Amino acid sequence: MGEIAVAKETGAQPGAVEVDFRAIDDLIFTRFNGDKENIIMILQALNKEYNWLPEPVLNYVSTRLDIPLSQMYGVATFYSMFSLEPRGRHLICLCTGTACHVRGGQIIKERLEAHLGIKPGKTTEDMRFTFETVRCIGCCSIGPVAKIDEKVYSRTNSAAILKALEGYT
Amino acid sequence: MKIRSKDDLDKIRSKVHDSLYSPPCLKINVGMATCGIATGAQDTYNKALEIFEKEGVSVAKTGCMGFCEQEPLVDILAPGKPRIVYRHVTEDKIQEVVESYQKGEYPKKSILGQMKDPRSVLEDDIENPLRGAVPINGIPFLEEIPFFSKQLKIALRNCGYIDPDNIEEYIGRGGYFSLFRCLNEMEPEETIASIKESGLRGRGGAGFPTGIKWEACRKAEGEKRYVMCNADEGDPGAYMDRSVLEGDPYSVLEGMVIGAYAIGSNDGFIYVRHEYPLAVVRLVETIKQAEAYGLLGSNILGTGFDFNIKISTGAGAFVCGESTALMRSLEGKVGRPRAKYIRSVEKGYRDSPSTLNNVETWANVPPIISKGAQWYASLGTEKSKGTKVFSLVGKVRNTGLVEVAMGASLRTIIFDIGGGIPRKREFKAVQTGGPSGGCIPEDYLDTPVDYEHLAKLGAIMGSGGMIVMDRDTCMVDLARYFLEFLQEESCGQCVPCREGIKRLLEILTDICAGKGKEGDIELLEALSDTVVKTSLCALGGTAPNPVLSTLKYFRNEYEAHIYDKKCPAGVCKELFYYEIDEEKCNGCHICFLRCPQKAISGEKKKPHTIDQEKCIKCSICYQSCKVDAIAIR
Repeated sequence: MGEIAVAKETGAQPGAVEVDFRAIDDLIFTRFNGDKENIIMILQALNKEYNWLPEPVLNYVSTRLDIPLSQMYGVATFYSMFSLEPRGRHLICLCTGTACHVRGGQIIKERLEAHLGIKPGKTTEDMRFTFETVRCIGCCSIGPVAKIDEKVYSRTNSAAILKALEGYT
Repeated sequence: MKIRSKDDLDKIRSKVHDSLYSPPCLKINVGMATCGIATGAQDTYNKALEIFEKEGVSVAKTGCMGFCEQEPLVDILAPGKPRIVYRHVTEDKIQEVVESYQKGEYPKKSILGQMKDPRSVLEDDIENPLRGAVPINGIPFLEEIPFFSKQLKIALRNCGYIDPDNIEEYIGRGGYFSLFRCLNEMEPEETIASIKESGLRGRGGAGFPTGIKWEACRKAEGEKRYVMCNADEGDPGAYMDRSVLEGDPYSVLEGMVIGAYAIGSNDGFIYVRHEYPLAVVRLVETIKQAEAYGLLGSNILGTGFDFNIKISTGAGAFVCGESTALMRSLEGKVGRPRAKYIRSVEKGYRDSPSTLNNVETWANVPPIISKGAQWYASLGTEKSKGTKVFSLVGKVRNTGLVEVAMGASLRTIIFDIGGGIPRKREFKAVQTGGPSGGCIPEDYLDTPVDYEHLAKLGAIMGSGGMIVMDRDTCMVDLARYFLEFLQEESCGQCVPCREGIKRLLEILTDICAGKGKEGDIELLEALSDTVVKTSLCALGGTAPNPVLSTLKYFRNEYEAHIYDKKCPAGVCKELFYYEIDEEKCNGCHICFLRCPQKAISGEKKKPHTIDQEKCIKCSICYQSCKVDAIAIR
């Protein structure tokens, strides 16, 4: 449990995360029956809760479920939805599936990169936006499609998306 | 209530018949799958509730009818009136649409069609509920408009016609009678024989005969067996599984219980990708209701047969659609495929015999049991039976999901059902089978679509994505695009896939950037050959297909990139520039207004010009010019 104590100590430092270990316990043992096989879904829930996977959280889950941290790191880096870095307040998810690609998705991507000053997978310095690309969200008939947080923008273009960004602070 | 007898099913069926087909008052069905919601269906639904619920009108949600181009779609029915499907019904239009319907006015502009016969393939034992309805002159029948007339809906039979969260409506459309029949009248072996005889093959892409898979799993040694549904629909450009899960999840569940009974399994999984949150929500509700009705869980239909389903969500890895990778992911591990010296039907999940079928495959099972294997086998071609759902997307007028009997030609699908290419442009190619598939050019449009014919052309059936392309798609860039996708998604454990795809991508990236050189094409071919022959799983083994098929049919485009340093489609930015054709330009000023760089100058009604220094080739002028005056040089 040594690592958990470290996490608590660093809790006061700027930028550190406050971790609710009891809530993690509930999640692991009540919702997911303490079953190791559910590790991916446990991490999904935690990724949603914290908006990323902070190291103290991974450490704690690793200890409680007796899964080596190396294995957890493998899972967390293999699956694209997990983030090991803090993410912004809003998530821009641009679909780069084939149907969106042939309808000009690439151009939206380039203009978003230029506008935000970041590449996909990164977060703006002011923590306002994280920009990610996703390979198809299954709305191919109404592409190009982009999602900002939970709202889907269909039949869109770069000008419309840049305008929509103004509404997210 | 727990359903125990056929009588119980019949009672529910007759009970919901009215709410489905002849409600006591006006009923509004709003198509609310993800595609509908993205175009505003949720707002339409809320508005309809707000205005009309107090008048006694019932407002219901359904899945997607498939004609996504026209969404939001709203289907309105009332006693003694025709049943009409309206298109593009956004929040601001719903009031007008409903009120005009109530008054008996039918504005053609907002109507997709009037229904002739809403019954599914499983309902030929009841009379057409719309018999005797007086059709309205001048409005086409939904079933006769080109998008629908050549379709045959088996897997999509209920999508858009029922409330996906209501098990009774599924039963009302003839659901669960197949399961009843299996559990009470058929032996497991008989069920397997029936699926074998039907000729059903895996709809996820590989086309392995479903009945043979079930039989092998049943016969495999092991204490426990598992039945799984692959809903990790990763192919970009394909979304039929999402639509089935969101519009008719019970069909998948019923199919899985039948499969579990045939195989002898008591535990199942549905592995669904996290990018489909609505599908997950609907599945959770579906499972709860099925358990409450005694159609899932313990003692199903009172027969003593138990089967439980657990939902597992993928976390964003394309390779997890591969069977062995999916099973590892279910075990909570990194989803790396393994070599299949031993098949999953013998040793799969937890090293136990496991059967994995795709969403669409499962949805086909209940109709086969209900209507008989011979009926199913009578549809399709010699080796590919039944129907297949395609997602018809890209540069095609009627985008959406279409289900046709196997053997329909590409031309029928793209031009008759799809309505051809928008803006009167020419067809260039259609890409089938996702990243493992290939591009098919115009010369082969009359090819019947089935597993064998597509493979012969260097493409594959895959999960059914059909991306139509016109002159604006660069085939070299498309190959580069797929390789980029596959490079990101390669799990990295075998060298041919990890390194081979990376090198292929490097060569293609160079060609697209104008750095292509003599010998590149030959190197692509040789490297592709190695990757195909030596990769561990199908992801690597099929990865070079996009390169090989574009090289086969569009070699001239590769040559133009490498030798002439030109991108004829105007996609690869280093290899073209835009120029305004003075003879065509009518000076309408639209490009001037839309150019984000202010790179275009010119007076109204006089030819404009582009400042090449400022132009970023964003294509906005090219896309918005009405007279085609922006030329690619």
